[in-house]
Amino acid sequence: MHLDITMTGFVALYILMLAGFAGWVIIGNVPAILHTPLMSGSNFVHGIVVVGGLFALFNAVTPQEQAIGFIAVLLGAGNAAGGYAVTDRMLAMFKTSDAKPARRHAQIHHLKKG
Amino acid sequence: MLILLSQLVVGVADLAAAFLFLFGLKQMSSPATAPLGIRVAGIGMVAAVLASFLTLMTVDAAARPHMLVNIALAVVALGVGGGGAWVVGRRVAMTAMPQMVAIYNGMGGGAAGSIAAVELIGGHTQGATQLVVTLLGGLIGAVSLSGSVIAWAKLDGLIKQPWRIKGQQALNAGVMLTTLVVAGFIVAAVTGVGGVSLDMPTWIWIFFACALLFGILMTLPIGGADMPVVISVYNAFTGLAVGLEGFTLQNPALMIAGMVVGAAGLLLTVIMAKAMNRSIANVLFTNFGTPAKGKAGAIKGSERPTEASDAAIKMRYASRVIIVPGYGLAAAHAQQKLYEFVKLLLAAKVSVKFAIHPVAGRMPGQMDVLLAEAGVPYDMIFQLDDINDDFATTDVALVIGANDVVNPAARSDKSSPIFGMPILDADKAAQVYVVKRGQGKGYSGIINALFYSPNCNMVYGDAQAVLVKMIEAVRGLGAAAA
Repeated sequence: MHLDITMTGFVALYILMLAGFAGWVIIGNVPAILHTPLMSGSNFVHGIVVVGGLFALFNAVTPQEQAIGFIAVLLGAGNAAGGYAVTDRMLAMFKTSDAKPARRHAQIHHLKKG
Repeated sequence: MLILLSQLVVGVADLAAAFLFLFGLKQMSSPATAPLGIRVAGIGMVAAVLASFLTLMTVDAAARPHMLVNIALAVVALGVGGGGAWVVGRRVAMTAMPQMVAIYNGMGGGAAGSIAAVELIGGHTQGATQLVVTLLGGLIGAVSLSGSVIAWAKLDGLIKQPWRIKGQQALNAGVMLTTLVVAGFIVAAVTGVGGVSLDMPTWIWIFFACALLFGILMTLPIGGADMPVVISVYNAFTGLAVGLEGFTLQNPALMIAGMVVGAAGLLLTVIMAKAMNRSIANVLFTNFGTPAKGKAGAIKGSERPTEASDAAIKMRYASRVIIVPGYGLAAAHAQQKLYEFVKLLLAAKVSVKFAIHPVAGRMPGQMDVLLAEAGVPYDMIFQLDDINDDFATTDVALVIGANDVVNPAARSDKSSPIFGMPILDADKAAQVYVVKRGQGKGYSGIINALFYSPNCNMVYGDAQAVLVKMIEAVRGLGAAAA
Protein backbone atom coordinates (compact mmCIF):
# COMPACT_ATOMS: atom_id res chain seq x y z
CA MET A 1 0.00 0.00 0.00
CA HIS A 2 1.21 3.47 -0.68
CA LEU A 3 -0.38 6.79 0.15
CA ASP A 4 1.59 9.00 -2.17
CA ILE A 5 -0.69 11.26 -4.13
CA THR A 6 0.09 11.55 -7.79
CA MET A 7 -2.04 13.67 -10.01
CA THR A 8 -1.26 13.90 -13.65
CA GLY A 9 -2.89 15.42 -16.67
CA PHE A 10 -6.63 15.14 -16.62
CA VAL A 11 -7.01 14.22 -12.95
CA ALA A 12 -5.35 17.50 -12.06
CA LEU A 13 -7.52 19.38 -14.53
CA TYR A 14 -10.66 17.84 -13.07
CA ILE A 15 -9.64 18.90 -9.58
CA LEU A 16 -8.87 22.44 -10.75
CA MET A 17 -12.11 22.65 -12.72
CA LEU A 18 -14.32 21.42 -9.87
CA ALA A 19 -12.59 23.65 -7.33
CA GLY A 20 -12.94 26.68 -9.58
CA PHE A 21 -16.60 25.94 -10.09
CA ALA A 22 -17.16 25.47 -6.35
CA GLY A 23 -15.49 28.80 -5.68
CA TRP A 24 -17.62 30.59 -8.25
CA VAL A 25 -20.87 29.15 -6.88
CA ILE A 26 -20.03 29.67 -3.21
CA ILE A 27 -18.85 33.24 -3.68
CA GLY A 28 -21.79 34.06 -5.94
CA ASN A 29 -24.07 33.63 -2.92
CA VAL A 30 -22.24 36.10 -0.72
CA PRO A 31 -24.13 39.40 -0.34
CA ALA A 32 -22.37 42.62 -1.36
CA ILE A 33 -22.31 43.79 2.26
CA LEU A 34 -19.73 41.08 3.00
CA HIS A 35 -17.51 41.62 -0.02
CA THR A 36 -14.59 43.11 1.90
CA PRO A 37 -14.43 40.35 4.53
CA LEU A 38 -14.95 37.85 1.74
CA MET A 39 -12.01 39.21 -0.18
CA SER A 40 -9.76 39.16 2.84
CA GLY A 41 -11.18 35.74 3.77
CA SER A 42 -10.35 34.25 0.39
CA ASN A 43 -7.03 36.04 0.70
CA PHE A 44 -6.53 34.07 3.92
CA VAL A 45 -7.48 30.81 2.20
CA HIS A 46 -4.71 31.09 -0.36
CA GLY A 47 -2.37 31.47 2.61
CA ILE A 48 -2.35 27.64 2.47
CA VAL A 49 0.59 28.30 0.16
CA VAL A 50 2.62 28.29 3.39
CA VAL A 51 2.28 24.50 3.39
CA GLY A 52 3.87 24.40 -0.04
CA GLY A 53 6.59 26.71 1.24
CA LEU A 54 7.28 24.37 4.15
CA PHE A 55 7.53 21.44 1.76
CA ALA A 56 10.01 23.33 -0.41
CA LEU A 57 12.07 24.43 2.59
CA PHE A 58 12.19 20.94 4.14
CA ASN A 59 13.53 19.55 0.88
CA ALA A 60 16.05 22.36 0.36
CA VAL A 61 19.67 21.30 -0.04
CA THR A 62 21.73 24.32 -1.07
CA PRO A 63 21.87 27.59 0.88
CA GLN A 64 20.18 29.25 -2.09
CA GLU A 65 17.23 26.87 -1.89
CA GLN A 66 17.10 27.30 1.86
CA ALA A 67 17.02 31.08 1.49
CA ILE A 68 14.21 31.06 -1.07
CA GLY A 69 12.31 28.41 0.90
CA PHE A 70 12.66 30.58 3.99
CA ILE A 71 11.18 33.52 2.09
CA ALA A 72 8.34 31.33 0.82
CA VAL A 73 7.40 30.26 4.36
CA LEU A 74 7.86 33.79 5.71
CA LEU A 75 5.55 35.33 3.09
CA GLY A 76 3.06 32.47 3.17
CA ALA A 77 2.78 32.63 6.97
CA GLY A 78 2.29 36.39 6.74
CA ASN A 79 -0.45 35.89 4.18
CA ALA A 80 -2.27 33.32 6.31
CA ALA A 81 -1.93 34.99 9.71
CA GLY A 82 -2.59 38.52 8.48
CA GLY A 83 -5.54 37.44 6.35
CA TYR A 84 -7.09 35.65 9.30
CA ALA A 85 -6.52 38.51 11.73
CA VAL A 86 -8.18 41.19 9.60
CA THR A 87 -11.06 38.98 8.44
CA ASP A 88 -11.91 37.86 11.96
CA ARG A 89 -11.82 41.47 13.18
CA MET A 90 -14.10 42.69 10.42
CA LEU A 91 -16.65 39.93 10.78
CA ALA A 92 -16.92 40.47 14.52
CA MET A 93 -18.22 43.98 13.84
CA PHE A 94 -21.34 43.05 11.90
CA LYS A 95 -24.32 43.32 14.26
CA THR A 96 -28.08 43.49 13.84
CA SER A 97 -30.38 46.00 15.55
CA ASP A 98 -31.59 43.30 17.87
CA ALA A 99 -29.39 40.46 18.94
CA LYS A 100 -31.07 37.82 16.79
CA PRO A 101 -29.70 36.76 13.39
CA ALA A 102 -30.56 38.93 10.43
CA ARG A 103 -34.06 38.89 9.05
CA ARG A 104 -34.38 42.08 7.11
CA HIS A 105 -38.16 42.58 7.25
CA ALA A 106 -38.48 41.85 10.91
CA GLN A 107 -35.63 44.25 11.53
CA ILE A 108 -37.16 47.17 9.73
CA HIS A 109 -40.41 46.66 11.57
CA HIS A 110 -38.43 46.74 14.76
CA LEU A 111 -36.69 49.95 13.75
CA LYS A 112 -39.92 51.73 12.96
CA LYS A 113 -41.34 50.77 16.32
CA GLY A 114 -38.50 52.50 17.74
CA MET B 1 5.09 1.80 9.09
CA LEU B 2 5.78 5.11 10.75
CA ILE B 3 6.28 6.70 7.35
CA LEU B 4 2.99 5.30 6.13
CA LEU B 5 1.22 6.64 9.21
CA SER B 6 2.69 10.11 8.77
CA GLN B 7 1.62 10.13 5.12
CA LEU B 8 -1.86 9.16 6.21
CA VAL B 9 -2.01 11.98 8.77
CA VAL B 10 -0.76 14.54 6.24
CA GLY B 11 -3.27 13.33 3.66
CA VAL B 12 -6.17 13.49 6.09
CA ALA B 13 -5.14 16.90 7.43
CA ASP B 14 -4.89 18.38 3.92
CA LEU B 15 -8.24 16.87 2.96
CA ALA B 16 -9.80 18.29 6.11
CA ALA B 17 -8.25 21.69 5.40
CA ALA B 18 -9.65 21.75 1.87
CA PHE B 19 -13.10 20.84 3.18
CA LEU B 20 -12.97 23.39 6.01
CA PHE B 21 -11.94 26.17 3.60
CA LEU B 22 -14.90 25.46 1.35
CA PHE B 23 -17.26 25.11 4.30
CA GLY B 24 -15.90 28.29 5.91
CA LEU B 25 -16.35 30.31 2.74
CA LYS B 26 -19.86 28.92 2.41
CA GLN B 27 -20.63 30.14 5.93
CA MET B 28 -19.59 33.61 4.84
CA SER B 29 -22.76 34.07 2.83
CA SER B 30 -24.52 35.57 5.84
CA PRO B 31 -23.23 38.06 8.39
CA ALA B 32 -24.72 35.88 11.12
CA THR B 33 -22.68 32.77 10.32
CA ALA B 34 -19.60 34.44 8.81
CA PRO B 35 -17.56 34.76 12.04
CA LEU B 36 -17.88 31.01 12.51
CA GLY B 37 -16.86 30.50 8.89
CA ILE B 38 -13.48 32.18 9.23
CA ARG B 39 -12.75 30.29 12.48
CA VAL B 40 -13.53 26.98 10.78
CA ALA B 41 -11.22 27.87 7.92
CA GLY B 42 -8.58 28.90 10.46
CA ILE B 43 -8.71 25.47 12.10
CA GLY B 44 -8.13 23.90 8.70
CA MET B 45 -5.10 26.10 8.15
CA VAL B 46 -3.52 25.26 11.51
CA ALA B 47 -4.10 21.54 10.95
CA ALA B 48 -2.50 21.64 7.51
CA VAL B 49 0.53 23.60 8.72
CA LEU B 50 1.14 21.31 11.70
CA ALA B 51 0.68 18.18 9.61
CA SER B 52 3.16 19.42 7.02
CA PHE B 53 5.93 18.96 9.61
CA LEU B 54 5.28 15.24 9.29
CA THR B 55 6.49 15.37 5.69
CA LEU B 56 9.94 15.70 7.25
CA MET B 57 9.88 11.92 7.55
CA THR B 58 9.83 11.54 3.79
CA VAL B 59 12.20 14.29 2.64
CA ASP B 60 14.70 13.67 -0.15
CA ALA B 61 17.79 11.83 0.95
CA ALA B 62 19.89 14.81 -0.15
CA ALA B 63 18.02 17.13 2.19
CA ARG B 64 18.31 14.81 5.20
CA PRO B 65 21.60 16.25 6.54
CA HIS B 66 20.10 19.74 6.46
CA MET B 67 16.98 18.77 8.34
CA LEU B 68 17.72 20.51 11.62
CA VAL B 69 18.69 23.75 9.90
CA ASN B 70 15.61 23.58 7.71
CA ILE B 71 13.31 23.00 10.69
CA ALA B 72 14.88 25.92 12.51
CA LEU B 73 14.45 28.12 9.46
CA ALA B 74 10.82 27.02 9.10
CA VAL B 75 10.00 27.79 12.73
CA VAL B 76 11.66 31.20 12.52
CA ALA B 77 9.89 32.02 9.24
CA LEU B 78 6.51 30.94 10.63
CA GLY B 79 7.06 32.91 13.81
CA VAL B 80 8.35 36.10 12.22
CA GLY B 81 6.08 36.14 9.17
CA GLY B 82 2.95 34.89 10.90
CA GLY B 83 3.54 36.77 14.14
CA GLY B 84 4.38 40.05 12.45
CA ALA B 85 1.42 39.95 10.10
CA TRP B 86 -0.87 38.96 12.98
CA VAL B 87 0.17 41.89 15.16
CA VAL B 88 -0.19 44.39 12.30
CA GLY B 89 -3.50 42.86 11.20
CA ARG B 90 -4.91 43.21 14.72
CA ARG B 91 -3.93 46.85 15.03
CA VAL B 92 -4.46 48.37 11.61
CA ALA B 93 -7.32 50.87 11.21
CA MET B 94 -10.39 49.74 9.29
CA THR B 95 -9.88 52.54 6.77
CA ALA B 96 -6.50 50.98 5.93
CA MET B 97 -8.05 47.61 5.15
CA PRO B 98 -7.66 47.79 1.35
CA GLN B 99 -3.91 48.24 1.53
CA MET B 100 -3.62 45.47 4.14
CA VAL B 101 -5.52 43.06 1.91
CA ALA B 102 -3.26 44.13 -0.95
CA ILE B 103 -0.06 43.49 0.99
CA TYR B 104 -1.17 40.13 2.44
CA ASN B 105 -2.23 39.13 -1.03
CA GLY B 106 1.16 40.13 -2.42
CA MET B 107 2.82 37.98 0.24
CA GLY B 108 0.82 34.96 -0.96
CA GLY B 109 1.86 35.67 -4.53
CA GLY B 110 5.48 36.01 -3.42
CA ALA B 111 5.29 32.70 -1.57
CA ALA B 112 3.92 30.96 -4.67
CA GLY B 113 6.64 32.56 -6.79
CA SER B 114 9.33 31.48 -4.30
CA ILE B 115 8.09 27.90 -4.37
CA ALA B 116 8.32 27.99 -8.15
CA ALA B 117 11.88 29.34 -7.86
CA VAL B 118 12.95 26.57 -5.47
CA GLU B 119 11.44 23.88 -7.67
CA LEU B 120 13.01 25.32 -10.82
CA ILE B 121 16.47 25.95 -9.39
CA GLY B 122 16.53 22.59 -7.65
CA GLY B 123 15.41 20.93 -10.90
CA HIS B 124 12.60 19.12 -9.08
CA THR B 125 10.05 19.42 -11.86
CA GLN B 126 9.34 16.26 -13.83
CA GLY B 127 8.36 16.46 -17.44
CA ALA B 128 7.39 19.32 -19.68
CA THR B 129 3.86 19.77 -18.28
CA GLN B 130 5.03 20.24 -14.73
CA LEU B 131 7.78 22.58 -15.88
CA VAL B 132 5.38 24.78 -17.82
CA VAL B 133 2.84 24.82 -14.98
CA THR B 134 5.56 25.75 -12.49
CA LEU B 135 6.79 28.58 -14.69
CA LEU B 136 3.26 29.84 -15.23
CA GLY B 137 2.50 29.75 -11.51
CA GLY B 138 5.79 31.51 -10.81
CA LEU B 139 5.04 34.18 -13.37
CA ILE B 140 1.54 34.89 -12.03
CA GLY B 141 2.75 34.81 -8.43
CA ALA B 142 5.59 37.22 -9.13
CA VAL B 143 3.32 39.64 -11.01
CA SER B 144 0.87 39.46 -8.11
CA LEU B 145 3.66 40.19 -5.61
CA SER B 146 5.13 43.28 -7.27
CA GLY B 147 1.72 44.50 -8.47
CA SER B 148 0.22 44.19 -5.00
CA VAL B 149 3.13 46.08 -3.48
CA ILE B 150 2.53 48.96 -5.91
CA ALA B 151 -1.23 48.79 -5.18
CA TRP B 152 -0.42 48.93 -1.46
CA ALA B 153 1.86 51.94 -1.96
CA LYS B 154 -0.86 53.73 -3.92
CA LEU B 155 -3.60 52.99 -1.41
CA ASP B 156 -1.33 53.98 1.44
CA GLY B 157 -0.61 57.30 -0.25
CA LEU B 158 3.10 56.60 -0.80
CA ILE B 159 2.58 56.87 -4.56
CA LYS B 160 0.25 59.77 -5.18
CA GLN B 161 0.09 60.11 -8.94
CA PRO B 162 -0.44 57.43 -11.57
CA TRP B 163 2.80 57.08 -13.54
CA ARG B 164 2.03 57.37 -17.21
CA ILE B 165 4.35 57.69 -20.16
CA LYS B 166 3.96 57.60 -23.89
CA GLY B 167 4.15 54.12 -25.34
CA GLN B 168 3.45 52.55 -21.99
CA GLN B 169 1.32 49.80 -23.53
CA ALA B 170 4.12 48.89 -25.91
CA LEU B 171 6.66 48.84 -23.07
CA ASN B 172 4.45 46.58 -20.94
CA ALA B 173 3.78 44.28 -23.86
CA GLY B 174 7.52 44.15 -24.57
CA VAL B 175 8.34 43.17 -20.99
CA MET B 176 5.64 40.51 -20.99
CA LEU B 177 6.88 39.14 -24.28
CA THR B 178 10.47 39.04 -22.99
CA THR B 179 9.29 37.12 -19.92
CA LEU B 180 7.49 34.57 -22.07
CA VAL B 181 10.48 34.19 -24.40
CA VAL B 182 12.80 33.62 -21.44
CA ALA B 183 10.31 31.05 -20.10
CA GLY B 184 10.29 29.38 -23.51
CA PHE B 185 14.09 29.18 -23.51
CA ILE B 186 14.07 27.66 -20.03
CA VAL B 187 11.60 25.00 -21.14
CA ALA B 188 13.68 24.27 -24.25
CA ALA B 189 16.89 24.05 -22.25
CA VAL B 190 15.49 21.80 -19.52
CA THR B 191 13.69 19.43 -21.88
CA GLY B 192 16.62 19.45 -24.32
CA VAL B 193 14.62 20.61 -27.31
CA GLY B 194 16.53 22.47 -30.03
CA GLY B 195 19.88 22.03 -28.32
CA VAL B 196 19.48 25.18 -26.23
CA SER B 197 21.78 25.31 -23.26
CA LEU B 198 21.57 28.02 -20.66
CA ASP B 199 23.35 29.01 -17.50
CA MET B 200 20.44 27.84 -15.42
CA PRO B 201 20.01 29.70 -12.18
CA THR B 202 20.87 32.97 -13.94
CA TRP B 203 18.13 32.60 -16.51
CA ILE B 204 15.61 31.64 -13.88
CA TRP B 205 16.49 34.84 -12.05
CA ILE B 206 16.10 36.82 -15.27
CA PHE B 207 12.69 35.22 -15.73
CA PHE B 208 11.54 36.27 -12.27
CA ALA B 209 13.04 39.74 -12.62
CA CYS B 210 11.06 40.28 -15.84
CA ALA B 211 7.85 39.01 -14.20
CA LEU B 212 8.32 41.31 -11.20
CA LEU B 213 9.05 44.25 -13.48
CA PHE B 214 5.89 43.55 -15.44
CA GLY B 215 3.78 43.61 -12.26
CA ILE B 216 5.22 47.01 -11.36
CA LEU B 217 4.80 48.50 -14.83
CA MET B 218 1.28 47.17 -15.16
CA THR B 219 0.08 48.64 -11.86
CA LEU B 220 1.81 52.04 -11.90
CA PRO B 221 -0.46 53.72 -14.49
CA ILE B 222 -3.74 52.57 -12.92
CA GLY B 223 -5.65 55.36 -11.18
CA GLY B 224 -6.60 55.34 -7.51
CA ALA B 225 -10.33 54.99 -8.24
CA ASP B 226 -9.69 51.67 -9.98
CA MET B 227 -7.82 50.10 -7.07
CA PRO B 228 -10.79 47.95 -5.93
CA VAL B 229 -10.68 46.14 -9.24
CA VAL B 230 -6.90 45.83 -9.15
CA ILE B 231 -6.86 44.27 -5.67
CA SER B 232 -9.53 41.86 -6.79
CA VAL B 233 -7.56 40.90 -9.91
CA TYR B 234 -4.38 40.25 -7.92
CA ASN B 235 -6.35 38.23 -5.39
CA ALA B 236 -7.47 36.01 -8.25
CA PHE B 237 -3.89 35.92 -9.60
CA THR B 238 -2.44 34.74 -6.30
CA GLY B 239 -5.13 32.09 -6.01
CA LEU B 240 -4.34 30.84 -9.48
CA ALA B 241 -0.59 30.84 -8.78
CA VAL B 242 -1.14 28.84 -5.58
CA GLY B 243 -3.34 26.39 -7.45
CA LEU B 244 -0.69 25.87 -10.13
CA GLU B 245 2.12 25.44 -7.60
CA GLY B 246 -0.16 22.94 -5.86
CA PHE B 247 0.01 20.88 -9.02
CA THR B 248 3.81 21.19 -9.09
CA LEU B 249 4.04 19.97 -5.51
CA GLN B 250 1.31 17.37 -6.11
CA ASN B 251 -0.68 18.79 -3.23
CA PRO B 252 -4.46 18.78 -3.84
CA ALA B 253 -5.20 21.03 -0.86
CA LEU B 254 -3.20 23.82 -2.48
CA MET B 255 -4.82 23.17 -5.82
CA ILE B 256 -8.34 23.32 -4.40
CA ALA B 257 -7.78 26.33 -2.14
CA GLY B 258 -5.95 28.19 -4.90
CA MET B 259 -8.55 27.56 -7.56
CA VAL B 260 -11.45 28.42 -5.24
CA VAL B 261 -9.83 31.76 -4.53
CA GLY B 262 -8.94 32.24 -8.18
CA ALA B 263 -12.58 31.78 -9.19
CA ALA B 264 -13.79 33.92 -6.29
CA GLY B 265 -11.42 36.71 -7.21
CA LEU B 266 -12.51 36.54 -10.83
CA LEU B 267 -16.17 36.76 -9.85
CA LEU B 268 -15.56 39.73 -7.57
CA THR B 269 -13.57 41.42 -10.32
CA VAL B 270 -16.46 40.98 -12.73
CA ILE B 271 -18.92 42.38 -10.18
CA MET B 272 -16.68 45.39 -9.55
CA ALA B 273 -16.11 46.12 -13.21
CA LYS B 274 -19.84 45.87 -13.85
CA ALA B 275 -20.55 48.33 -11.04
CA MET B 276 -18.31 50.81 -12.83
CA ASN B 277 -19.73 49.91 -16.24
CA ARG B 278 -16.30 49.06 -17.59
CA SER B 279 -14.66 45.93 -18.82
CA ILE B 280 -11.80 44.41 -16.85
CA ALA B 281 -9.47 45.01 -19.78
CA ASN B 282 -10.54 48.65 -19.79
CA VAL B 283 -9.56 49.02 -16.12
CA LEU B 284 -6.21 47.31 -16.52
CA PHE B 285 -5.07 48.60 -19.86
CA THR B 286 -6.47 52.08 -20.30
CA ASN B 287 -5.71 55.16 -18.30
CA PHE B 288 -8.94 56.15 -16.64
CA GLY B 289 -9.19 59.13 -14.35
CA THR B 290 -7.63 61.65 -16.69
CA PRO B 291 -9.99 64.60 -16.20
CA ALA B 292 -12.32 65.18 -19.13
CA LYS B 293 -11.62 68.50 -20.81
CA GLY B 294 -13.91 71.00 -22.51
CA LYS B 295 -17.17 69.83 -20.95
CA ALA B 296 -16.92 72.02 -17.89
CA GLY B 297 -19.40 74.68 -18.99
CA ALA B 298 -22.13 72.24 -19.95
CA ILE B 299 -24.09 72.49 -16.72
CA LYS B 300 -26.23 75.54 -16.01
CA GLY B 301 -27.11 76.98 -12.64
CA SER B 302 -25.09 77.17 -9.47
CA GLU B 303 -24.50 75.24 -6.27
CA ARG B 304 -26.72 76.46 -3.44
CA PRO B 305 -25.18 76.25 -0.01
CA THR B 306 -27.21 75.78 3.16
CA GLU B 307 -26.51 75.55 6.89
CA ALA B 308 -25.87 72.19 8.55
CA SER B 309 -28.45 72.97 11.22
CA ASP B 310 -31.19 73.71 8.67
CA ALA B 311 -30.49 70.42 6.91
CA ALA B 312 -30.54 68.57 10.24
CA ILE B 313 -33.89 70.00 11.28
CA LYS B 314 -35.38 69.20 7.88
CA MET B 315 -34.29 65.59 8.37
CA ARG B 316 -35.62 65.51 11.93
CA TYR B 317 -39.11 66.33 10.67
CA ALA B 318 -38.93 64.10 7.60
CA SER B 319 -40.46 60.65 7.70
CA ARG B 320 -37.99 58.89 5.40
CA VAL B 321 -34.28 59.60 5.08
CA ILE B 322 -31.70 57.73 3.03
CA ILE B 323 -28.01 58.32 3.69
CA VAL B 324 -25.46 57.80 0.92
CA PRO B 325 -22.02 57.54 2.50
CA GLY B 326 -18.83 57.59 0.46
CA TYR B 327 -15.14 57.32 1.11
CA GLY B 328 -15.02 61.01 2.10
CA LEU B 329 -16.95 60.07 5.25
CA ALA B 330 -14.28 57.57 6.23
CA ALA B 331 -11.50 59.97 5.30
CA ALA B 332 -12.98 62.46 7.79
CA HIS B 333 -13.34 59.70 10.44
CA ALA B 334 -16.97 60.72 10.79
CA GLN B 335 -18.75 57.33 10.77
CA GLN B 336 -19.29 57.39 14.55
CA LYS B 337 -20.72 60.90 14.46
CA LEU B 338 -22.97 59.94 11.57
CA TYR B 339 -24.41 57.01 13.49
CA GLU B 340 -24.89 59.24 16.54
CA PHE B 341 -26.92 61.59 14.34
CA VAL B 342 -28.86 58.67 12.85
CA LYS B 343 -29.72 57.42 16.33
CA LEU B 344 -31.26 60.82 17.12
CA LEU B 345 -33.33 60.60 13.93
CA LEU B 346 -34.43 57.06 14.80
CA ALA B 347 -35.45 58.24 18.26
CA ALA B 348 -37.61 60.84 16.53
CA LYS B 349 -39.31 58.02 14.58
CA VAL B 350 -37.68 58.90 11.28
CA SER B 351 -37.07 55.88 9.05
CA VAL B 352 -33.36 55.88 8.14
CA LYS B 353 -31.60 53.64 5.64
CA PHE B 354 -28.05 53.58 4.36
CA ALA B 355 -27.55 53.16 0.62
CA ILE B 356 -24.24 51.69 -0.44
CA HIS B 357 -22.85 51.78 -3.94
CA PRO B 358 -20.84 48.68 -4.92
CA VAL B 359 -17.68 50.73 -5.37
CA ALA B 360 -18.10 52.99 -2.35
CA GLY B 361 -14.79 53.06 -0.56
CA ARG B 362 -11.49 51.77 -1.83
CA MET B 363 -12.46 48.12 -2.14
CA PRO B 364 -15.74 46.28 -2.65
CA GLY B 365 -17.83 46.38 0.50
CA GLN B 366 -15.45 48.58 2.47
CA MET B 367 -18.17 51.10 3.30
CA ASP B 368 -20.25 48.31 4.86
CA VAL B 369 -17.33 47.38 7.09
CA LEU B 370 -16.71 51.00 8.11
CA LEU B 371 -20.37 51.46 9.03
CA ALA B 372 -20.37 48.17 10.92
CA GLU B 373 -17.32 49.38 12.84
CA ALA B 374 -19.25 52.49 13.86
CA GLY B 375 -21.98 50.20 15.21
CA VAL B 376 -24.57 50.58 12.44
CA PRO B 377 -26.69 47.40 12.39
CA TYR B 378 -26.36 45.69 9.03
CA ASP B 379 -30.11 45.46 8.48
CA MET B 380 -30.11 49.25 8.02
CA ILE B 381 -27.57 48.95 5.22
CA PHE B 382 -28.94 48.44 1.71
CA GLN B 383 -27.19 47.77 -1.58
CA LEU B 384 -27.84 49.60 -4.81
CA ASP B 385 -30.37 47.22 -6.38
CA ASP B 386 -32.38 46.89 -3.18
CA ILE B 387 -32.78 50.56 -2.46
CA ASN B 388 -32.71 52.48 -5.71
CA ASP B 389 -36.49 52.44 -6.14
CA ASP B 390 -36.94 53.90 -2.66
CA PHE B 391 -35.36 57.27 -3.43
CA ALA B 392 -38.44 58.48 -5.31
CA THR B 393 -40.56 58.12 -2.15
CA THR B 394 -37.93 59.51 0.18
CA ASP B 395 -38.10 62.95 1.77
CA VAL B 396 -34.40 63.58 2.22
CA ALA B 397 -31.31 62.00 0.74
CA LEU B 398 -28.14 62.90 2.64
CA VAL B 399 -24.99 62.41 0.57
CA ILE B 400 -21.82 62.43 2.66
CA GLY B 401 -18.42 62.14 1.06
CA ALA B 402 -19.77 60.47 -2.07
CA ASN B 403 -19.71 62.07 -5.48
CA ASP B 404 -19.50 60.10 -8.71
CA VAL B 405 -21.82 57.35 -7.45
CA VAL B 406 -24.72 59.83 -7.28
CA ASN B 407 -23.94 61.74 -10.47
CA PRO B 408 -27.07 61.64 -12.66
CA ALA B 409 -24.87 62.34 -15.69
CA ALA B 410 -24.17 58.62 -15.63
CA ARG B 411 -27.81 58.09 -16.63
CA SER B 412 -28.31 60.92 -19.10
CA ASP B 413 -25.11 62.50 -20.42
CA LYS B 414 -23.58 60.36 -23.15
CA SER B 415 -20.45 62.51 -23.23
CA SER B 416 -19.70 61.88 -19.55
CA PRO B 417 -16.81 59.49 -18.84
CA ILE B 418 -19.00 57.67 -16.35
CA PHE B 419 -22.02 57.36 -18.67
CA GLY B 420 -23.72 54.00 -18.15
CA MET B 421 -22.30 53.37 -14.69
CA PRO B 422 -25.06 52.26 -12.30
CA ILE B 423 -25.63 55.05 -9.77
CA LEU B 424 -27.66 55.61 -6.65
CA ASP B 425 -30.66 57.73 -7.68
CA ALA B 426 -30.28 60.19 -4.82
CA ASP B 427 -31.42 63.00 -7.12
CA LYS B 428 -34.93 61.49 -7.15
CA ALA B 429 -35.48 62.25 -3.47
CA ALA B 430 -37.65 65.28 -2.68
CA GLN B 431 -34.68 67.04 -1.09
CA VAL B 432 -30.98 66.25 -1.38
CA TYR B 433 -28.24 67.49 0.93
CA VAL B 434 -24.66 67.00 -0.08
CA VAL B 435 -22.00 67.30 2.59
CA LYS B 436 -18.75 68.21 0.91
CA ARG B 437 -15.48 69.80 1.94
CA GLY B 438 -15.79 72.59 -0.58
CA GLN B 439 -16.63 73.43 -4.12
CA GLY B 440 -14.73 71.46 -6.69
CA LYS B 441 -14.60 68.13 -8.35
CA GLY B 442 -14.45 64.67 -6.85
CA TYR B 443 -11.89 61.93 -6.99
CA SER B 444 -12.38 61.30 -10.68
CA GLY B 445 -12.44 64.97 -11.63
CA ILE B 446 -15.91 64.81 -13.16
CA ILE B 447 -18.45 67.60 -12.59
CA ASN B 448 -21.52 66.38 -10.73
CA ALA B 449 -24.83 67.50 -12.25
CA LEU B 450 -26.63 66.64 -9.01
CA PHE B 451 -25.03 69.60 -7.21
CA TYR B 452 -26.71 72.00 -9.64
CA SER B 453 -30.13 70.37 -9.49
CA PRO B 454 -32.98 72.49 -8.01
CA ASN B 455 -33.78 70.00 -5.23
CA CYS B 456 -30.18 69.89 -4.01
CA ASN B 457 -28.45 71.98 -1.38
CA MET B 458 -24.79 71.86 -0.46
CA VAL B 459 -23.54 71.75 3.11
CA TYR B 460 -19.90 72.77 2.92
CA GLY B 461 -17.47 71.67 5.56
CA ASP B 462 -15.56 68.76 7.00
CA ALA B 463 -17.95 65.81 7.44
CA GLN B 464 -17.11 65.47 11.13
CA ALA B 465 -17.68 69.17 11.88
CA VAL B 466 -20.91 69.23 9.87
CA LEU B 467 -22.27 66.21 11.73
CA VAL B 468 -21.42 67.75 15.10
CA LYS B 469 -23.49 70.79 14.09
CA MET B 470 -26.32 68.54 12.90
CA ILE B 471 -26.35 66.63 16.17
CA GLU B 472 -26.43 69.88 18.15
CA ALA B 473 -29.27 71.22 16.00
CA VAL B 474 -31.45 68.15 16.56
CA ARG B 475 -30.60 67.99 20.28
CA GLY B 476 -31.40 71.70 20.45
CA LEU B 477 -35.00 70.90 19.65
CA GLY B 478 -35.10 69.45 23.12
CA ALA B 479 -37.82 67.21 24.46
CA ALA B 480 -39.73 67.34 21.21
CA ALA B 481 -36.97 65.36 19.58
CA ALA B 482 -36.86 62.63 22.15
